[in-house]
Amino acid sequence: MTAATLMGPPAGLWTLAWRRLRADRVAMLSLAVVAAFLLMLVLSAGGLFAADWEDEVGVNYAPPGFVGATAAGAAPSPAPAERAALPDNPFDPLDDDIRALKAQLAARGDAAPELARRATLPFGGDKWGHDIIKKTIKGGETSIVVGLAAAALAVGIGTVFGALSGYWGGVVDDIFNWFYSIFTAIPSVLMILAVAAVLQQRGVATIVLILGLTGWTGPYRLIRAEYIKHKGREYVLAADAIGASHWRKMFSHIFPNVSHVALVQLSILVVGFIKAEVILSFLGFGVPVGVVSWGSMLNEAQNELILGRWWQLTAAAIAMALLVTAFSLLTDALRDALDPKVK
Amino acid sequence: MGAFVVRRVWQMLPTMLGVVLLVFMLFNWVGGDPAYILAGKMANAEAIANIRHQLGVDQSYPMQLWIFIRQIVTCDFGLSWATGEPVSHIIATRLGPSLTVLLPLTVLETLIGIALALAVAFVRGSRTDRAVMIACTVGMSISILVYIIVLQYGLAYKLGLFPVQGWGQGWRENLLRYAALPILIGLAVSIAPTLRLYRSFVLDEVGQDYVRTARAKGLGERRVMWVHVLRNAAIPIVTHVMASLPALLIGAFLLERFFGIPGIGREVILAVERSDFPVIKAITVYVAVATMVFNLLTDLMYQALDPRVKLA
Repeated sequence: MTAATLMGPPAGLWTLAWRRLRADRVAMLSLAVVAAFLLMLVLSAGGLFAADWEDEVGVNYAPPGFVGATAAGAAPSPAPAERAALPDNPFDPLDDDIRALKAQLAARGDAAPELARRATLPFGGDKWGHDIIKKTIKGGETSIVVGLAAAALAVGIGTVFGALSGYWGGVVDDIFNWFYSIFTAIPSVLMILAVAAVLQQRGVATIVLILGLTGWTGPYRLIRAEYIKHKGREYVLAADAIGASHWRKMFSHIFPNVSHVALVQLSILVVGFIKAEVILSFLGFGVPVGVVSWGSMLNEAQNELILGRWWQLTAAAIAMALLVTAFSLLTDALRDALDPKVK
Repeated sequence: MGAFVVRRVWQMLPTMLGVVLLVFMLFNWVGGDPAYILAGKMANAEAIANIRHQLGVDQSYPMQLWIFIRQIVTCDFGLSWATGEPVSHIIATRLGPSLTVLLPLTVLETLIGIALALAVAFVRGSRTDRAVMIACTVGMSISILVYIIVLQYGLAYKLGLFPVQGWGQGWRENLLRYAALPILIGLAVSIAPTLRLYRSFVLDEVGQDYVRTARAKGLGERRVMWVHVLRNAAIPIVTHVMASLPALLIGAFLLERFFGIPGIGREVILAVERSDFPVIKAITVYVAVATMVFNLLTDLMYQALDPRVKLA
């Protein structure tokens, strides 16, 4: 401790933790990576970045620019003239509708000008010729949002349950412990799949609910232990003496002192839930058709790999590995910084 | 000992009741009316009423709950909605293939994990230790899907070292031919988290007084680690292995799905895809029971490992 810190006001838990974190070079690097991903997420969610990922800018399965157009022998997309050359089918039940649509298009001027499609893209294209880099960013947006929202929900539930359980003790504690023992008796994977089977409809909100409602047990156990430890401390007794309500004691007085546990749990769960979302979406129980996530990209990439088109797999895998590595290292550093006793 | 087991089994009952209630609520209440799913697109009112009667969902909720409890007690969960196969037969036939993959995987993972953890603990704090830990973090951050897709494509499809997928008849053929690559991939995925965890268990022990005593009486570092430290680190390791076994039965579902292994995990995925509620219900109840039984077994094993532990 230097003289400056001794003279200033006493540093709180968060200031001290931030100081420890700043001294850790690995932590700062991973914080920068995570911040970059979050910035990208905000920009793409705000429509400022990668909003045009659905434009079919390249030929189907356009190879990455550094491989070259011919290397992978990308199949040229059928020319528009070829499509128009289809013979008229007199029995086509949609014939009249199509003719009406064509007439409409012709009335509006040029019928959907075919964009000049590029033979290569910076990191290749997918089946429809979407730019893989933009698609990865957009997919990352879905995966990260699901991870963050589900983790926030799980930690929220875990914190409220843990606070009630630890603060009140007795019968309340018994009931919540009963809940806890039920949820831990069923492995989380099975729980997630069972809820997915029941809910039927697919959507981002559904995955968040599934993961959040099944993942609260870890935070619950730790928060409950913290509340049991804190409820007899002097500051809580002092708050009691000045007439603070139970609710106020639980969430205004005790919670700030145990919030670091919740924060570490949050970052552990974000990593776990991003991985879980990827697997759920891969299996088809996750994001709906039309929404891209890293899991749905891997699902497409599985078949592409057999055709020798490795770029979508590589892009999604690298983006995810980078984020999860940085997030895990940051979590470890955060835990060390917030709870220096544990080594 | 006998009294301990009886008391623990008695304590399981409320949890089991909770699991039954939870599963019942999920599938009979939240899950909605299964008759509409089963009757398909060309349903008329009569067909739906008929199916509802067959499934017993036209009864009151308490009656349905009673039917479910009776199913659990008699271990007879009726027929699969998708295939009409008895659920008990599905579970009995899918257990073998799952265990063929899981038992070798668990044994190898534990042995390799312990050996590596002790080896890393020898050089704790060194550059090697840090490098191994960072490699583990990076290895853990790659999705299991990527491991499976890339290794299945590379080792089986391109190089032809293993069959791409399939399952044979005899267990020897299954184990050596079809289960080899899934086990290998399972090891590649699980060794990093296992090593990190076991390393922390070992490091918790190396600072203890008995380690210093053992060194002081002139024992070699090798003997200290492999005999003294390992014996004490064994308790958390055994807890971890035993606790993760029932979950692993389901957790290997990705391996089973990719390699076409007719195991429990793949059955769960199929059941979720086909809204085959009886199969999921039965597997959930059985796995919950297995989890509780394994917790009890773990407690009993503590005493074998550490005579100081008193079962109370």
